[in-house]
Amino acid sequence: MSRVDQDELISALLAGKHRALARAITKIENRSPGYRELVSELHRHTGTASVVGITGSPGAGKSTLVDKLAKRYRDRGETVGVIAVDPSSPYTGGAVLGDRIRMASNVGDMDVFFRSMSARGQLGGLSTATADAVKALDAFGKDRILIETVGAGQSEVDIVKTADTVVVLVQPGSGDDVQMLKAGILEISDVFVVNKADMSGAAKTVADLEEMIHMRNDPTHGLQTGHHGFEIPDHLNRADPADEGDRWEPPVVETVATAGDGLADLLTALSSHREHLETTGGLDRNARIRAAEEIRQHLRSDAATLLEAEIDRRGGIDALAERVAARETDPYTIADELLEPLRETIKPRSDRQE
Amino acid sequence: MSTDTAQRSIRCLVAKVGLDGHDRGAHVIARAFRDAGFEVIYSGLHRAPEEIVQAAVQEDVDVLGISILSGAHNTLVPKVIEGLKSYDALEDTLIIVGGIVPEDDREKLRSLGVAEIFGPGTPMEETIEFVRENAPERP
Repeated sequence: MSRVDQDELISALLAGKHRALARAITKIENRSPGYRELVSELHRHTGTASVVGITGSPGAGKSTLVDKLAKRYRDRGETVGVIAVDPSSPYTGGAVLGDRIRMASNVGDMDVFFRSMSARGQLGGLSTATADAVKALDAFGKDRILIETVGAGQSEVDIVKTADTVVVLVQPGSGDDVQMLKAGILEISDVFVVNKADMSGAAKTVADLEEMIHMRNDPTHGLQTGHHGFEIPDHLNRADPADEGDRWEPPVVETVATAGDGLADLLTALSSHREHLETTGGLDRNARIRAAEEIRQHLRSDAATLLEAEIDRRGGIDALAERVAARETDPYTIADELLEPLRETIKPRSDRQE
Repeated sequence: MSTDTAQRSIRCLVAKVGLDGHDRGAHVIARAFRDAGFEVIYSGLHRAPEEIVQAAVQEDVDVLGISILSGAHNTLVPKVIEGLKSYDALEDTLIIVGGIVPEDDREKLRSLGVAEIFGPGTPMEETIEFVRENAPERP
């Protein structure tokens, strides 16, 4: 794409042309030539959207919830962008992206811009692509951006971290899911949603989650109370910034996404968290953390690209592996050799600064 | 893997439009496309032409496959094509139709912008090969 075409694409996107937004996201996703300049250009127009990430195990009801949330936002006159990430086959790279099927409440409404993305087997690259796509939606002027992902691993955690507010969806009776959540998603969750709350076992799941949250905040909590009844404490009203300081206690919201039940509670929880971020300066802090993480991510991947080229210059990775297998050398030595030119160029500069 | 390596994958929307409830063919083709390494977005059943247009534009698909077995192709396909035109999305989207389309109607669909029509019994490889060869080059 020529410089002129690129400029045209950017101005069309900023002017609100849906086709241009779609094409920009394609460029970002494909890593087409010029995508970096595109994102760089868009970056200055971002910062107005409120971004919510939604994750949870397959079948928990993420897509349905996203659909209903989008509808509520639209009813309030806000525009919505959705990025839905689905896994792709590690063998063929193919994927069936099915999240769109659930988008039944926003038929023909172009102000809900829904985009499916596949994982494409990228290591770390997906979170970059998602973050860049969010920037495109933000620059386009979307008020609300929802990121939906299957919550199964580290890359999903990375993706939802691009959001201001992270929602973790749990379905009733999923003891194993709660076990899984302990491993890492608990730390990043700002709001828990127990969806399909009309199913048996919902109260138990809510209680489990709340216990887990309390245990994290107050490890002796379980010892004092002994049991959890069906009364669900109202965390939203209890959160008192004067007492709690900057700490945010994730509320547990019950929903039945298909019927739209509990949506109002979820919206309240989301705006409470947003308010919390605004009053505690968390919004700015998160933005800086994200920016730092993006810089590091770019450095890592760019450095890796440079080193890949260096590997090729030295006969390719297979040849190097062969030498290691033959015990002629070892992986550390090879890594040192490959890094030598990089180390050489960076070192003198740091010496100069001292 | 570097994030800077261009990673292009053919994106297809497999669309069921209108009141036709027969989606076996669409499912089979969606799976076959996936196994061929394409990224497939499946629309789900009973979609209005506007929904298909919305999906095709937002997802920026290279290929739009419309599955119709109800005989309503002469009504529905033109609406989809008109919609794509209004978003300047017609010329770089490969439109194919699968299903039961009488010989007499094929020429009309082709003149509207449908690239190919695949009837019952078309070998899967033929359709995949056609998509591979004709999917538009994106800048």
